[in-house]
Amino acid sequence: MNASGLIQLFVFPGLLFAIPAGWFYIWGEHKAVARMQQRIGPPMLQPFYDFVKLLGKRTPSRRGIEADLLRLWPALSVLSLAGALALLPVFPSGHGFSGDGILLVALLELPSICFILAGFTSGSIYGEIGAIREAVLSVANNLVFLLAIVTIAVTEKTFRLGDLAGPSWNPGHWLGVFGILLCIPAKLRLNPFSTSSAEQEIYSGPLTEYAGAALGMWELAHGLEWVALTGLVATLVLPVGGPWWIHAILFVAVSFGEVLLLSAVSAATARFTLQRSIQFYWRWAAVLAVLAMSSAIYMRFRS
Amino acid sequence: MSILKQLMHKCRRKSPWLFHLNTGSCNGCDIELVTCLSPRYDVEQLGIHLEGSPRHADILCITGPVTRNTLEAVKTVYSQVCEPKAVVALGSCPASCNVFAGSPVIEGPLSKHIPVDVYVPGCPPHPDAIINGIARAAEILASRGVPEKAKGEPQK
Repeated sequence: MNASGLIQLFVFPGLLFAIPAGWFYIWGEHKAVARMQQRIGPPMLQPFYDFVKLLGKRTPSRRGIEADLLRLWPALSVLSLAGALALLPVFPSGHGFSGDGILLVALLELPSICFILAGFTSGSIYGEIGAIREAVLSVANNLVFLLAIVTIAVTEKTFRLGDLAGPSWNPGHWLGVFGILLCIPAKLRLNPFSTSSAEQEIYSGPLTEYAGAALGMWELAHGLEWVALTGLVATLVLPVGGPWWIHAILFVAVSFGEVLLLSAVSAATARFTLQRSIQFYWRWAAVLAVLAMSSAIYMRFRS
Repeated sequence: MSILKQLMHKCRRKSPWLFHLNTGSCNGCDIELVTCLSPRYDVEQLGIHLEGSPRHADILCITGPVTRNTLEAVKTVYSQVCEPKAVVALGSCPASCNVFAGSPVIEGPLSKHIPVDVYVPGCPPHPDAIINGIARAAEILASRGVPEKAKGEPQK
């Protein structure tokens, strides 16, 4: 790995940028929802306070493979999201590799799988119900997510992220971006697709048995997930080129705009049941995604 | 106090997560506690957050006079909240059993079974008083830290 790859992994858009940015986006979401409900909302450093406090909590002592696995899942989520962030083509300077888009999709999916496994490993009945809900929801929204990514890849004729970045005149590109935006609430477990971690209903879903530092790692992974998913859309719509600092500022601005949009959706909707969520993705969004992809393939063969 | 300890003190004070347990309350205090989350009182600006799982919580808010049926639940949930933790007794019932005192099915007051840090009296208490009580409990929690004797003790 060369120096620019290391900078991407550890500095921008990697961990040094993404951890504070993730906290900032989580605060932005809470604050925006609070303002929409005519509340004042939390202070800006609230996610940081929560994280540090969780690090200082004593956790229940567990032994055996279950204890190791419960610690492994959040760590694996954070690592895979750090990898996904390093792949994001914020500055498409040609250091990507052929097919890195497929790796990005896999790395973005790993936290969801870890979340499901955490629920089953915890042995809590609420964790298991939450894990089943997350698994079903993941199957539902990934159909649309993958079709959206493939639509963009077909219109640009490549899976290389550096070439996918930036806006395009092709309508297939924008339909793909719209498809990804439709999937983000389910991937971030926001309303109306928050059924897998439905608080007060199934306690905290798969995270019911988590405490202290491991729970803090989940919060961290959630923040990184925000940065990675909003960042993916931002790289697909932002024009390529220009000074790097203007590009970085635009990247954060567009991502934060998406955070506000998702907060508005989250504040305006109630929680869908699992069946409703699947119906939304398989009946409406999937039809749209299939139409987008078939038109993209048709356009490709015509040209 | 070192910088790290000061930071931890501040973070604990600024981020008290609650778990609410009803031990046979008439629902009056529960309604007043939920009122605190509403736009009028908005406790989220103090970092207060009502959690679904006792494992995530720092402060245990208990309402009700502790009936015989709920006694074991009180002890279990108290042991499930991770250290450092604080207990807030909301309303007159957990403090004195209120009008239920002397009943054969009441095992209260709460302090007979678990240590209570803050009492918020009233039947039901005003939301302002509840917020004040939780803020005091957060202060106690922050200065308490993790007790030495609790280290290594398995929790239920």
